[in-house]
Amino acid sequence: MEAGIMCSVRQHIAFREHECPMQAMSYFRIVINCMVAAVPEDVGTAGALRAIAHHLTASDILVVSGDLVSDIPPGALAAVHRQHDAVVTTMLCSAPVNGPTELVSSGGKDKIKKPRRYNIIGLDPTKQFLLHVATGAEVEKDIRIQKSILRAVDQMEIRADLVDAHMYAFKRSILQEVLDEKDKFRSLKEDILPYLVRSQLKSEVLLNGVPQAENGNEMVNSQNNQAVVSRILANASTPSFHDLYASSNKGSTLVRRTHKCCAYIASESKYCQRLNSIQAFSDINRDVIGDASHLSGYSFSAHNNIIHPSAQLGSRTTVGPHCMLWEGSQMGDKCSVKRSVIGRHCRIGSNVKAVNSVIMDHVTIGDGCSIQGSVICSNAQLQERSVLKDCQVGAGFVITAGSEHKGESLARK
Amino acid sequence: MPPQRKGAAARVSEDTEDLTRHPLQAILLADSFATKFRPITLERPKVLLPLVNVPMIDYTLAWLESAGVEEVFVFCCAHSKQVIEYLEKSEWFSQPNFSVVTIESHNSVSAGDALRLIYERNVINGDFVLISGDTVSNMSLTQVIQEHKERRKKDSNAVMTMVIKQSKPSPITHQSRLGTDELFLAIDPQTKQLLFYEEKTDSYRGIIPLDNALLGDNPSICLHNDKQDCYIDICSQEVLSLFTDNFDYQHLRRHFVKGLLVDDIMGYKIFTHEIHSSYAARIDNYRSYDTISKDIIQRWTYPFVPDVMFSGNSATHLEREGMYRASEIEQSRSAHIGPFTVIGKGTKIGNNSKISNSVIGKGCSIGSNVSITGSYIWDSVTIEDGCDIRHAIICDGVVIKSGAALEPGVVLSFKVVIGQQCIVPSYSKVSLYQQPTVEDSDEELEYADNSSGTVDSSITCTVDTLNREMMSETPASQMLSLHLSSGVEAEVHMEKYAYLGPGGVGHVWSICEGAHEEEWRHSVAPSPADKLAEAIQSLEDDLELLNLDGNALSVSGELKSGRNGTDSEDDDVEDSRDDSIYYEKEVEATFLRAVNENIKVPDVILEMNSLRLSYNMTSADCAGAIFYAMMKQALEIPHATAGELRKSAASIIDAWNKLLKFYSKEIDDQIEVIMKFEEMCLESVKEFSPHFSQILHLLYDKDILEEDAILRWADEKKDAEESDKVFVKQSEKLIQWLREASEEED
Repeated sequence: MEAGIMCSVRQHIAFREHECPMQAMSYFRIVINCMVAAVPEDVGTAGALRAIAHHLTASDILVVSGDLVSDIPPGALAAVHRQHDAVVTTMLCSAPVNGPTELVSSGGKDKIKKPRRYNIIGLDPTKQFLLHVATGAEVEKDIRIQKSILRAVDQMEIRADLVDAHMYAFKRSILQEVLDEKDKFRSLKEDILPYLVRSQLKSEVLLNGVPQAENGNEMVNSQNNQAVVSRILANASTPSFHDLYASSNKGSTLVRRTHKCCAYIASESKYCQRLNSIQAFSDINRDVIGDASHLSGYSFSAHNNIIHPSAQLGSRTTVGPHCMLWEGSQMGDKCSVKRSVIGRHCRIGSNVKAVNSVIMDHVTIGDGCSIQGSVICSNAQLQERSVLKDCQVGAGFVITAGSEHKGESLARK
Repeated sequence: MPPQRKGAAARVSEDTEDLTRHPLQAILLADSFATKFRPITLERPKVLLPLVNVPMIDYTLAWLESAGVEEVFVFCCAHSKQVIEYLEKSEWFSQPNFSVVTIESHNSVSAGDALRLIYERNVINGDFVLISGDTVSNMSLTQVIQEHKERRKKDSNAVMTMVIKQSKPSPITHQSRLGTDELFLAIDPQTKQLLFYEEKTDSYRGIIPLDNALLGDNPSICLHNDKQDCYIDICSQEVLSLFTDNFDYQHLRRHFVKGLLVDDIMGYKIFTHEIHSSYAARIDNYRSYDTISKDIIQRWTYPFVPDVMFSGNSATHLEREGMYRASEIEQSRSAHIGPFTVIGKGTKIGNNSKISNSVIGKGCSIGSNVSITGSYIWDSVTIEDGCDIRHAIICDGVVIKSGAALEPGVVLSFKVVIGQQCIVPSYSKVSLYQQPTVEDSDEELEYADNSSGTVDSSITCTVDTLNREMMSETPASQMLSLHLSSGVEAEVHMEKYAYLGPGGVGHVWSICEGAHEEEWRHSVAPSPADKLAEAIQSLEDDLELLNLDGNALSVSGELKSGRNGTDSEDDDVEDSRDDSIYYEKEVEATFLRAVNENIKVPDVILEMNSLRLSYNMTSADCAGAIFYAMMKQALEIPHATAGELRKSAASIIDAWNKLLKFYSKEIDDQIEVIMKFEEMCLESVKEFSPHFSQILHLLYDKDILEEDAILRWADEKKDAEESDKVFVKQSEKLIQWLREASEEED
């Protein structure tokens, strides 16, 4: 199995190495043969795959977005994919319960401020097959379900509480064919996946690259065999609706060609988040040192926190549980750190309060500062008595003494 | 009877928790307010039609009684006298713990009217069961009523619980086995609340549109294509008042259910209850009549099967292979009666006759060498020797003379006579009555209005009047039939019956063009193979279409903003295009009328305004459309030379100067007029193209177009393709002159 990791340049928000999916994969002891390819920024995910298509050789490939933080073994997705002999398998995880927008709307009754929806996903009753997918701006429009698919499957569950985790398993031949044929497709998520889902009962792609024109019978046979194999693998006594649909009208001249789009729904107990916003960044940071601490691979101290031996703490400074203070950082007296991550070589004065925040490397914080729910990038400087609440401070930015900021994005112009 | 005891037990337990308990009531609509069973229903109400030799209403009443309903209001409208008479003769009025009250109406045309009338009577004082008199069921009501009551306690907006049942429509015809259209439901999997209901599928081809807001309230919804509506509703009292408040609700599903689902101000909710093991189905058309009859014979509706229920004075016995026989049957030794057949009391069957999968009523006489398959023969029917009857419904008193053959799907209404050796073609409907000519009688009247949700009141009105006409017609034609059957008059009408063979009596109802295609869908006969093949073909075409959509999507995929939901935009564009075409036609017609009838300009403006509002058009559209209509009108005036055409155009513009001015006050409106004119010259009315600049000048002279508008139009066209610039070039001089004039002013 091959895996492609999409790491967009825009997303280089200082990854800690333990958050890297590559690490996650080695965590599951998969031998990694790593190859890096750079593509222009505007070609989209599909374009990126086109660029590396000639390197791919395995029959199934795994495409992972570089911002996925998860402890779900990729093998689970691959297993589902192969079990059903699917064309594409998508990993879905439940939407974050306390998403950023929900906090805003918790009090309001009006419909506009409903929690932002991520995806609209249609699943079959067994929750194995993907029947409908709406992404991007489509999510905000009315839902339009294809009747032909619904007829074939009888029941469709439409859910708004699942998020596409941006981890896909593709059948390579199909993916390459789609990439070649549909040269307008730019995005994996917004073009290719919906296209494959939409056309699953009227497949245009050639399964296993068998040309259909010649030996029609043979192809039917091989398809039947495949159907049987996939049924055995799926451990199901009844054929899936795709097979039923394909064989429903034998009398017809047209042999229906179908392909399967599967979904793998991550179990609630697994950790699966996408790091695609600043809010998510600080949430995930908190989770990695908190509830999902097994992701980091660090050993926690008795106080349930990590303080590097080289870090220096002043007197009466407390570092609470679920905190991290890394190499060479110094803290003054009477500081209090709660549920925060502090990077390397930071200099923090006295009487500083840091709650629910991420402070990156080489940050200087003056005495008496209060930082709450903020992200402070490397080399930033906070002068004395500045108060930050729910702010983002860009790299190298200087906050003047005594200033107060709330919910702002502060960066050098 | 066990179910009754259960009902009693439930009553006791409810008494303890709810002191103000009311007896369980039911409203039984003994009128389907539809015409699907015509021509039979011209003579007898649908609920009295025999279903396996027992009137349908008996099944419904017997079930209501066994399910613990104590008070039933039978609403009779069409043929109300017959229904009331029948009930009076039956034992239903004399049951203990079960009272049947009839409510008669003569002017109700829909279920909505019926419920409004019942509301006025003020007889319902609690939750009630709403069903129509053509429902066959054996389900227990206790659970669904309890569910309904519990929901009501928590949420007073839960006004109705609808019973649904698993039933997969055919993937080929998209019909359920009851012959009804496939149904799409969206149900909340947790609460079972109904969120979406669509039974007519033609409005959106291939796509189910779900309101986005639905998902806002529920994280997951379940879409079903495998459910069937049993038309058994548990309603709260509010339902009746809702019908009264919304006087335009006519149809229970199309208006009431959809109305509640769409309306989010009142927040009324409808819930569903799915039954799994018990039976519930409603006879909607001939196909469901056939299906449900077979279900009864095959005992799915137990205990409501011929040998258990309604045995009355003649006991029916079940024999092997699902054969039911009443007493006093005279059957020839050589006659062969196949499986799943019911034979009524006193029927005679001659030599070598073969009967299978059929129901034969009381007192029929069947000759020898007759073959009957899959047919429903009611009482006192005479079938002479050598007839061949396949998949037909034959009403009381019909005579089929020797050697006649009925092809599949034939319906013979009361007392029709089919002559010797006559072959009645498939799907023929024969009645002693003339076919009502007012409208296409095969369409259900209510269904004439296909728009979902609320009805345009004017349409309802016409439907109402039509319906009333039909009803008033019935007694008159009844008189006629008396004459006819006396036989004296029949001679006179002989020519008419020519195609029913020698001695045939009855009118063959013509099937109107559009309905013929669909006739096989609702017929008693199984769907013919060629129609199925056609359906499969169209299915494939549908898929092709869908995929074309898909391709269109992918092609436009290059632009992200354009790609997102392109198909919906396409539709919207198409819709609005349709609208504007209609609008233009309307404007044209209005204008024509104004010209012909010399209507004054202010009145025309009034009319145009109302059109504009009803089509939701801008005043620019208006100006364009009016100008278009004017030019069209000018074209109508006979003209020999191009010059004459120009003159007539000028005179019309002159005459309706004010009207056009009224709508082209703004520069944008005026530009729209020019553009419209340009478009006309290019496409529809090429005759004007040589006169473009002159007429433009004329419009300018008449102060309809300001110079700004013309100049801006010219500017807009600057970057257009060469082909688009033809008219700009033509009016180059005028534009030039205008420019100079404006510069001079400056």
